[in-house]
Amino acid sequence: MSTVIKGVPAPGYNPVSASDYIPLEKMREIQLERFIKVVKNAYENVPLYRQRLDEADFDIHSFKSLDDVKRLPFTVKADLRDTYPYGLFARPFKDIVRLHASSGTTGKPIVVAYTKEDLAVWQQTMCRSLAAVGMSKEDIVQNSYGYGLFTGGLGAHYGAEGLGATVIPTSGGNTARQLMLMRDFGVTAITCTPSYFIHLIDEAGKMGIDLRSLPIRRGVFGAEPWTEGMRRYIEEAAGIKAFDIYGLSEITGPGVGCECECQNGLHIFEDHYYPEIIDPETLEVLPDGEEGELVLTTLSKEAIPMIRYRTRDITSIMTEKCPCGRTIRKIARIGRRSDDMFIIRGVNVFPSQIETAILNAEKCLPNYQIVLTRTKGLDNMEVQIELTPEMFSDKVSAMEDLNIKFSKAIEKIINIRAAVRLMPPNSIPRSEGKAKRVVDKRELDK
Amino acid sequence: MKFIQLSIFIGHNSPGALFDACKILAGANIDLSTLTLADTKEFGILRLITKDWEKAKVLLSEAGFMVQTTEVVALLVDHKPGGMCGILETLAKNNINVEYLYAFATPIAGNAVVVFRFDNPDEAIARLTDAGNPAIQFVSPGKIFGLEQK
Repeated sequence: MSTVIKGVPAPGYNPVSASDYIPLEKMREIQLERFIKVVKNAYENVPLYRQRLDEADFDIHSFKSLDDVKRLPFTVKADLRDTYPYGLFARPFKDIVRLHASSGTTGKPIVVAYTKEDLAVWQQTMCRSLAAVGMSKEDIVQNSYGYGLFTGGLGAHYGAEGLGATVIPTSGGNTARQLMLMRDFGVTAITCTPSYFIHLIDEAGKMGIDLRSLPIRRGVFGAEPWTEGMRRYIEEAAGIKAFDIYGLSEITGPGVGCECECQNGLHIFEDHYYPEIIDPETLEVLPDGEEGELVLTTLSKEAIPMIRYRTRDITSIMTEKCPCGRTIRKIARIGRRSDDMFIIRGVNVFPSQIETAILNAEKCLPNYQIVLTRTKGLDNMEVQIELTPEMFSDKVSAMEDLNIKFSKAIEKIINIRAAVRLMPPNSIPRSEGKAKRVVDKRELDK
Repeated sequence: MKFIQLSIFIGHNSPGALFDACKILAGANIDLSTLTLADTKEFGILRLITKDWEKAKVLLSEAGFMVQTTEVVALLVDHKPGGMCGILETLAKNNINVEYLYAFATPIAGNAVVVFRFDNPDEAIARLTDAGNPAIQFVSPGKIFGLEQK
């Protein structure tokens, strides 16, 4: 039995994590001081913020405690789109050293910017993330997040490098080569999206590589919601510990929060990213422990200060102390985004619920996709599931039973009947970044 | 008497899939002894028997098809009314279920060759042999391919 004294780091901790253990009161002081600075920066340098703060009658001199935060206006994704590309920048280009942009699936991408100091903070919180899962300079890290405009690649890269680990910048794609490098280079940790790692597991099987026999021990997975069932599957199939990391480019990129070795909630690096949970309907701040939408404020960002940014991610701030000894607060794992939710016949459904149903039915995780269509005004949901060798049988009856097993498991969780279609292998497009689980054709069909 | 059957998954609404599979086999000069397609509203399963099943399995898998091997049993059936009765009666008496069956494309000396899929082919062979019925005759791969199936 190990006893952990509150606020005292475990022996052998990495000095990069020092701020994870700041006593609570001291942390609140730091947060208030930085919060005032960031609002000032926004007010003085960004016309949209000036207008919003004036409209809200927010006087910076009245900002005396963290209780005043709830009087600040929210910022939403549309604000970034509406001011595309540079409207929210609070620094001139001579101070800005890098730009990133979101994939922009709907219309224009959103653009984010960093000063040198912003990059240093990002790298620091990313280092703290990797240190929290037990990684160190001894690690050989395969970074299979896509390099480029997406923040995942460079974020994980500089984080691992900052930790002193050996980074293999494979980026996404070319799966056979990724597996060869993983084996030949003795990779001990990987960073990528969970869906891409599932793809690596599948391909390793086909190539006759047993991931469990390789030195890889840890995976840090993020950029999309994934379930506990998926974690168990990954850990079992690859013989690794799988950790959840959280971030978004609007705030900085990966490393806003990350699990520690306890694998129970993600510590938010709240000396730089201030978390609140709100009721998405009433916009009221909810007490710790209650579930709602995560709202984040960047406490030290210079290039684009984000004030009370509505993430659309549904979670809660956890109230219990973490056995790891970190004092920074944790959020529960994000199983769903209010953006991912779709409504079918009046029922709210999240893709993660379908994933759980598939795992319940078959104890494995084949590639799947949810297709929504509308015929004569009636919504239909079809779950397409790719066959795995274990699932396939030459008997029609066995295949029909499998189909029924899937639809029953889905109906049990979401209470509506979904058609299940078994698909040939590799017939559902695979992503090397974020998996696209829902194809909504209802607008097109009418 | 036991043959290796290849079962290939054919997805719904993929009219080219059957052609693609046959094209791959034709391209490698693989001769099919028989084939049958089981189809439902949702999907199809193509079942085929060939001497070169190993090569066929590799080629089809590489092309992205889901392929599985199954052991099946071939029996000679008199080409006359009631020709199957002896076999089916023995199976029924021994409580052995026929999952599915189909015939070979070419008869042997005027007799049909029927392929049976049992859950346990070895038990089915034992029971059919035990019956001592001269009307029950197994067909060996050698008879079909001219030599043993690999």
